[in-house]
Amino acid sequence: MSMTQHAEPAVTTPPASGPKQTDGRTAQRPLAIRLLARPEVGVFLGAAAVYVFFLISAPPVREASSMANVLYGSSTIGIMALPVALLMIGGEFDLSAGVAVITSALTASMLAYQLSMNVWVGVIAALVVSLGIGFLNGWLVVKTGLPSFLVTLGSFLILQGVNLAVTKLVTGNVATDDISSMDGFDQAKKVFASSFDVGGVQVKITIIWWLVFAAIATWVLLRTKYGNWVFAVGGNKDSARAVGVPVAFTKISLFMLVGFGAWFIGMHQLFSFNTVQSGEGVGQELIYISAAVIGGCLLTGGAGSAIGPVFGAFMFGMVQQGIVYAGWNPDWFKAFLGVMLLGAVLINLWVQRTATRR
Amino acid sequence: MDRSSQTRSRRMAPFVAVAAAAALTLAGCSSSSGGKKSEESADGASAGKATTPRMTVALVTHQAPGDTFWDIVRKGAEAAAAKDNIKLIYSADPNAGNQANLVQNAIDQKVDGIAITLAKPDALKDVVSKAKAANIPVVGLNSGLSDWKSLGLLEFFGQDETVAGEALGNRLNTLGSKKAVCVIQEQGNIGLTQRCDGVKKTFNGTVETLNVNGTDMPSVKSTITAKLTQDKAIDYVVTLGAPFALTAVQSVSDAGSSAKIATFDLNKDLTGAISKGTIDFAVDQQPYLQGYLAVDSLWLYKNNGNYSGGGEQPVLTGPAFVDKTNVESVAKFAANGTR
Repeated sequence: MSMTQHAEPAVTTPPASGPKQTDGRTAQRPLAIRLLARPEVGVFLGAAAVYVFFLISAPPVREASSMANVLYGSSTIGIMALPVALLMIGGEFDLSAGVAVITSALTASMLAYQLSMNVWVGVIAALVVSLGIGFLNGWLVVKTGLPSFLVTLGSFLILQGVNLAVTKLVTGNVATDDISSMDGFDQAKKVFASSFDVGGVQVKITIIWWLVFAAIATWVLLRTKYGNWVFAVGGNKDSARAVGVPVAFTKISLFMLVGFGAWFIGMHQLFSFNTVQSGEGVGQELIYISAAVIGGCLLTGGAGSAIGPVFGAFMFGMVQQGIVYAGWNPDWFKAFLGVMLLGAVLINLWVQRTATRR
Repeated sequence: MDRSSQTRSRRMAPFVAVAAAAALTLAGCSSSSGGKKSEESADGASAGKATTPRMTVALVTHQAPGDTFWDIVRKGAEAAAAKDNIKLIYSADPNAGNQANLVQNAIDQKVDGIAITLAKPDALKDVVSKAKAANIPVVGLNSGLSDWKSLGLLEFFGQDETVAGEALGNRLNTLGSKKAVCVIQEQGNIGLTQRCDGVKKTFNGTVETLNVNGTDMPSVKSTITAKLTQDKAIDYVVTLGAPFALTAVQSVSDAGSSAKIATFDLNKDLTGAISKGTIDFAVDQQPYLQGYLAVDSLWLYKNNGNYSGGGEQPVLTGPAFVDKTNVESVAKFAANGTR
């Protein structure tokens, strides 16, 4: 399998030159195969397979309200999987993404509550904190040249400890106080955690945000200079720098983008559940990274798409809820999840290989 | 696009945000309802102070970080320590091997008493006999009801998880429930499994267990919603921790289900939900009491040679039911984070 599978060039790159290249094989290469060469198509087929599987084996999945629930579960993973995927395309990854979500929610909640401020003050302060954490992660990676695995492992542990210790220090408990009666709460809930009615089905607003963010990310990746920079720094940092790509800026901004995602999901959790427990979020980073990898982002960087992780997150949400809709023995839950995901990744891999072999 | 100007505007963003936050603050953006200002300043329990010589007690639990339940246990232990002129050393690790090391650490510090939880009794067997060899009294709390005596602990304070589950099952019978779902937030946790098994034992209807990812609330919410959609016959959702009960409220409404919610363990938001009627009832094992009694008992043993339960019987702290009839008397203590 080709290691430098850039999203855009994948379609336009002519097939590998061989002795028979002049015999017209380029023209004969069917559209389907060319489509399959795109990194997101494999995961799309995987997601479709999982969907059809549960459509057959779990009758409740056929209802529209069930699909709204599956999409909700997918969206809270998917909104974070997007920036995590962009960061991976840029050649780095972030282990602190799971607890950073809780850090953001805790900041907003405690600041607003302790100072008895309008909750929007907390929301904005949390954004600043989240972007700041992203900046620090990125800055440390760029300045020290340490692997992002180490740097963000450090910040993962720091944030985990700080979440707990500061919450205990400020509130006297390990969970935040209920802010649902405070000014601005209802407004903020509308933005981050409301739902609306579509033909009798309650649809959560996070689904809309997820698709909007995915559309923006796709456009940025494929149509802007910044998108090219992301692929370039992930593919080969040194040659990217040599041709004038601002490597430090690109990497730091990608980490800050993860911070933005953590802020958004943190706000969703806060305004959806009113209080936050400081020990949550541990382990979520691996789910975000999994969704991105399933979505066709290589762990080595330089390849991937923004739409792939959307299907990756959908697959995660579909399997997670589908097992419950099917009413299977819950003891096997995690094992089912693992097998289905591995299966989906293998389909993805097989499709990629078949498509790029010729 | 000019690169340098974009860099500058990116870098400016945090400062703009800080300025905006400051401006909002200055503009008097305070909340007229809720918040710290409206919170009552209530003191915790205080019952004078002992004049006995200062002693040191170690409390070593299997708490995972950031869990509201253990925070309440610790507060009870701290209250007893403050009253008894005890220096309390608290440490915790969910990994049994690490917990044993922490107990060894307490022995090395030559403490006057040790209180431990026996979530994994076998791993703590050796270190408990070491403590006894060093003439340090050891008491148990919370988990280990079936093992504390064989390990030679002085006394035990806690709830029998199976008994608590059975009590909840009986209660569901009287409420006329036919089908319940028991939500486990940590797959493989023995105490949680025992609770669901206890419910199964006495409940005349059927109980299904449901595993959820406890560190991710949105997924807890959608998984319970999925279960309620899959099985419309479910009329009670039983959760094993207060935050999950509060999340289940949203799942029930999302699924358009008419199921009621019962839960184990309390916190301050939960008492509000019980008085509002969105949650039916809670089984409280009184974690504050467990921490308090464990520490206080070591003081009694050292200063007067007493031991609760006579070394034969455990001292049960639960199951105590909290429902609409008695929630008001509990609510103000829960607001302090002690019930």
